[in-house]
Parts: sequence; structure tokens; C-alpha cells
Amino acid sequence: MKTRNGGAVVRVAAPLWALVQRFYFLLLVMAAIALMMLARMEPVLVDQARTRVTDAFSPILNILSRPAAAVAQVIESGRQLLDIYEENARLRDENARLQQWQQAALRLEAENRSLRGLLSFRPDPPATVVTARVIGDPGGAFVRTVVVTAGRRDGVQRGQAAMAGTGLIGRVVQVGEWSARVLLITDINARIPVVLEQSRQRAMLGGDNSDQPRLLYVPRGAQVSPGERVFTSGHGGLFPPGLPVGMVHLSPDGEPRVAPLVDLSRVEHVQIVDFGGAGGLAAEAVQPGAMQ
Amino acid sequence: MAVGVWNRLDQTARNMLPSGITVLLLLVGMAPVPLAGWSQVSPPYMLVSIFYWAVHRPDLLRPSLVFLIGVLADLLGGTPLGLTPLALMLSYWLLLTQRRFFLGTSFLMLWLGFTLVAAGYLLVQWLTFCVIQASLVEPKPVVVQALLTVALFPPLAALMQKLHRSYLS
Repeated sequence: MKTRNGGAVVRVAAPLWALVQRFYFLLLVMAAIALMMLARMEPVLVDQARTRVTDAFSPILNILSRPAAAVAQVIESGRQLLDIYEENARLRDENARLQQWQQAALRLEAENRSLRGLLSFRPDPPATVVTARVIGDPGGAFVRTVVVTAGRRDGVQRGQAAMAGTGLIGRVVQVGEWSARVLLITDINARIPVVLEQSRQRAMLGGDNSDQPRLLYVPRGAQVSPGERVFTSGHGGLFPPGLPVGMVHLSPDGEPRVAPLVDLSRVEHVQIVDFGGAGGLAAEAVQPGAMQ
Repeated sequence: MAVGVWNRLDQTARNMLPSGITVLLLLVGMAPVPLAGWSQVSPPYMLVSIFYWAVHRPDLLRPSLVFLIGVLADLLGGTPLGLTPLALMLSYWLLLTQRRFFLGTSFLMLWLGFTLVAAGYLLVQWLTFCVIQASLVEPKPVVVQALLTVALFPPLAALMQKLHRSYLS
């Protein structure tokens, strides 16, 4: 009885299995294409899967990123030892200059305070900062993102700005329990409203996966001079205005590009800044599905 | 009896080596390297592992497993979902049709074969990404990536060979 049943199953299943075997690769290729369509139709679902997987692998990434950081530190300290003398001279110079600036800043701050008092100015809410270590940089030619060791538990939310040192490096696009992903300003999908410091010309900073994002939507006659500093404009409520981004730089073919203030290849720690402003949902509305 | 259980456990662990090393290489490739311009062209190390095992022990690195590793790479790396599995499947397919040719030939031929597979893999990825973005994406980093991948093949393949000889022969 048993064998006869088994025989029947085999009689039906064997040709079917052979058929599957024959078109195995075709099926898998179609499955890959189906995944792409799924990512289009159900971005929330795919995003959740990404978050879960990144969260699950973040401890391993954390361990694997340590040796690279250690090697980098050794190389860096060696380099510093080599030019310690010149560095010292340069720092003395800079210190003298900065002390003058400090005096100026203190004077301006006092003046500002008294003027604000006259105008009953409402200051922006104070920003809070979460510092996280960069543990993953997927690399490759298609995306520019980093994975960092801070997540929902630390108060990170989608849409918050990520800074390193003095400049903006990107925006939080995915938040897990204890890890988050930052879309760098150089990514092909990154679009950030900016303003030029001198001319107050508004423009859009658009990444193209190269190291220097482009300046988009600059009117034809507008004056864009190299070396001019670029700040976030705050339009669209994505970021607060005035975050430093980089400096204007003309590419060999005369296209205005922005050299980021921060060397994005060497970012080890990022500060995720909560400005207490709109952020979150308002920011999402501006950039729907930016992270595919 | 007890020996049988341990024996089987040992064999299972050994059989998991190809997929394990592939996932490990995928994760190692994600470690940040503080070199200017590296991130953009960092080579997909796991491709070497997949190529090596697909040629020598395809029974231990089945297409379905490679597919899943590709999905993992996309989820972790933030690339559009489906991009890596698609390219991996087409490369694997290409590879299996030519497998007999690679088996037993010299290392140089193996390297040449890898060059073709890596070029195909990155070309498919680039084309698919262009279609998804609906624009022509700068191909230069992809070309550099391909060259780096091919250049890194000998040391990585030597490592695979060593593992192969010590644990799976």
C-alpha cells in the first residue's frame, strides 16, 4: 500500500521535479525580478526586512569593523608623528588667529543677546545629539550609505540629520532597534535644499555617487563662485537652516559641485542631531521613498 | 552510535564551509576602510568565493543558497532589493555551462574565467541599476571595481584552495 502510494507520488512528482530542475535558473532569475517589483509595490515591507536584517547583523559588523579602525589609527598616529613639528607651528598660528576670533565672537554674542532682548526673539529649541560609531560601509558603485551603532533605543528617528565634525554628512533613512542607516549626501538619491553663503542663491544639492555632489537648479545667470560655502536652507522642513555642508568647487567642465566639509571616506563617528523641529513625517513627505 | 552523531555533525559543519565563508566575505566587505575613494570601488569579495565553490563543489553551494546570499547582500547593503540575486543567478548560470572547461585547467584559465564572470556580474548589476534609476549611471567606478575584483582573485582563491584541501577533500 505504502509503496504504491509512494510510487504514485514519484510518478507525478518526478517529471515535475525534472521540469523545475530544467528551469531552475530561470525560476530564480524570475524570483529576483519579482523581488525588485515587490520592493516597488511594498516599500514599507522591504524597509522593515532591511531594518531587521541590519539589526541582526550589526553585532557582527561591529566586531568586524574594529580591526579596520585599529589599523587606521596606527597609520594615522604614524603620520602624525612624522609631521609633528610643522603641525605644532601651524597650530600655534591658528591658535593666535582663533583667539582674535573668539574675542570677536564674544563681543558679537553680547550684542546679539541685547538685540534679541529688544526684539523678543524666540530662539530655536536646543538640539540634542546622539553619537554613534560607523560599523558598516557597504561600498560598491551604486549606493553611498553607512550603518551606525545607534537606533530607536537611543532616540534616533528617520529624517534626522547626521553630522561629523563640522559638516553635514547625510540623513537617517532607516532606524532599527540598535542600528541605523545614514544616506550620505553623495548618494545618487540624496537631494538636499541648500543656500550659498554669499549670494544667498538657493539650490538643490544632488548626489551622483561621486565624491562631490552637484548643485542642481541654479538659475542660468546666477553667480556661483568657487570657494563659497554652502549651507542647508531649511526649505521643505527636512533639515534646520544653516547646517554647513561644503564648499563650491567648479569641476573641469565648469559644472558647479560641492566639496563636502567632511572627508566621507574617513568618518568614524557620526553625530545624529535632533533639532526638535518638524523632522520625521514632514521630512518624509518631501522625499518620498528616497531609499528605494 | 555516538561516533556516528559526531561524525555527521562534523560533516555538516564542513559542508557549511562554502556558504559560511561566502557570508563572512560579504560581511568583511562591509567593514569601513578609511581610504579616500575606496568605498566607491570596494570589490565584492564574495564573488570569488561563489566562483571558486561553484566550480569545485557546486553541490555545497546550490543556486538557491547563492540566491539567498544575494538577498542578504541587498538587505544589508542598501542596494535595490533583487539587484544582487539577479546578477548572481545569471553569473552562476553562465558559470555552470562552462564548468567542465574550468575544472582541472590551469590557474590562469581559472583566473580568465573569473574575469569573464566578474565582468558579467558587474555589467548586469550596472545595467539593472541604470534601469531602476531610469538614468545612465556613471560607469567608471564599476569598471575600477571590476579591475580590483579581478586583481584580488589570486590571493582569495588561494585561501579558498587552502580551506578546500584542509577541510573538504
